[in-house]
Amino acid sequence: MNLSNYLVLSAVLFTIGTSVVLLRRNAIIVFMGIELMLNASNLAFVTFARMHGDLTGQVVAFFVMVVAAAEVVIGLAIIVAIYRTRRSASVDDANLLKS
Amino acid sequence: MSPTALVTQVDPGPGLATLVETGRTTGAEEVLFWVLAPIMVIAALGLVFARRTVYAAMSVVLVMVCLAILYVAQEAPFLGVVQVIVYTGAVMMLFLFVLMLVGVDASDSLVETISGQRWIGVVFSLGLGAVLVGVVLTARGVAPRGLEGANADTNPVGVARVIFGDYVFALEVVGVLLITAALGALVLTHRQRLEKRMGQRERAEARVAEGAVLTPLPAPGVYARSNAMDAPALGPDGRPLDSSVPRVLRVRGQERSVADVAARPIDGTEHLIEVDEGLGEVPGTGSTPPERGITGEEPIR
Repeated sequence: MNLSNYLVLSAVLFTIGTSVVLLRRNAIIVFMGIELMLNASNLAFVTFARMHGDLTGQVVAFFVMVVAAAEVVIGLAIIVAIYRTRRSASVDDANLLKS
Repeated sequence: MSPTALVTQVDPGPGLATLVETGRTTGAEEVLFWVLAPIMVIAALGLVFARRTVYAAMSVVLVMVCLAILYVAQEAPFLGVVQVIVYTGAVMMLFLFVLMLVGVDASDSLVETISGQRWIGVVFSLGLGAVLVGVVLTARGVAPRGLEGANADTNPVGVARVIFGDYVFALEVVGVLLITAALGALVLTHRQRLEKRMGQRERAEARVAEGAVLTPLPAPGVYARSNAMDAPALGPDGRPLDSSVPRVLRVRGQERSVADVAARPIDGTEHLIEVDEGLGEVPGTGSTPPERGITGEEPIR
């Protein structure tokens, strides 16, 4: 098996994550789609590290994980704050700036 | 023939050839990949199609655990462990907590705010997927070098040398970022209390002030054939007390009337009932006759 199979799998997972962000309305599910995209890019980083014989790819994937954890904390706090005031977790209902 | 010459002649075989020599992974890793990859893709598609949010979260957990296994297979055991601990253990559990907080049944509305958004999204996703797969397939000709050299002192040691060597400043910045995120979450979810907290004393005083019932509510009725929660008790005037049945049962319409639980005559004693009824009302047994008799059907409030 060639190592590029891992890269194809990563591309497929990234695409599915993108379609989740584009298609779903629930803010929490949209968030999970973003997590899926970050994970897919991590898989690509790990594969690149193995292809080039250099651990820098794994270190970058590690940093992506840490930043993703911080991002999830803030994003979920925003979702909870919006839910408290609007009683809704749908991305379509957060349109206060509209009219 | 010397022993060293014998060793050099031994062919490692196709299954044991290293990645660097052949440019291909071992057969075991190939099997692992082809088992895990369909599971991951199907679970990821579950995120697109799942109606219930908890199912979507669990399918993402499945994808992440499979990714951790792939990391270990790809000579990155440190990242595999971090993936399980950070993503599956912390991030997805945080997602589940927020799901429980926001409401599990918060489902998607099927009304499109932008007409045709769904089809445009599908087309864009497929286009992006085609582009990405095409780009990635150009890396097919790269000869993989493997991580045997970099992982000579075990993988965590090698990763630590890179992190605390070349990327030590980035590590400090990420630490600051994590503290900022923790503080931000505290600030965002903090709610200022606008009025004084209602304690036990305040509740009691408010109840007295509005003239509500001060005593505990009456317990449900106990009858010869039933002492269940849905049978109302009888007041001193013979009327059923609605407040003796839990409010939830009354709202659901599961309250039973007294007629349902009243004693039924045994076979062969029906004539005694007629004798009983023939006596008629006994005068002087009460100034206010019950509005609803204990045998009558009562409306559910």
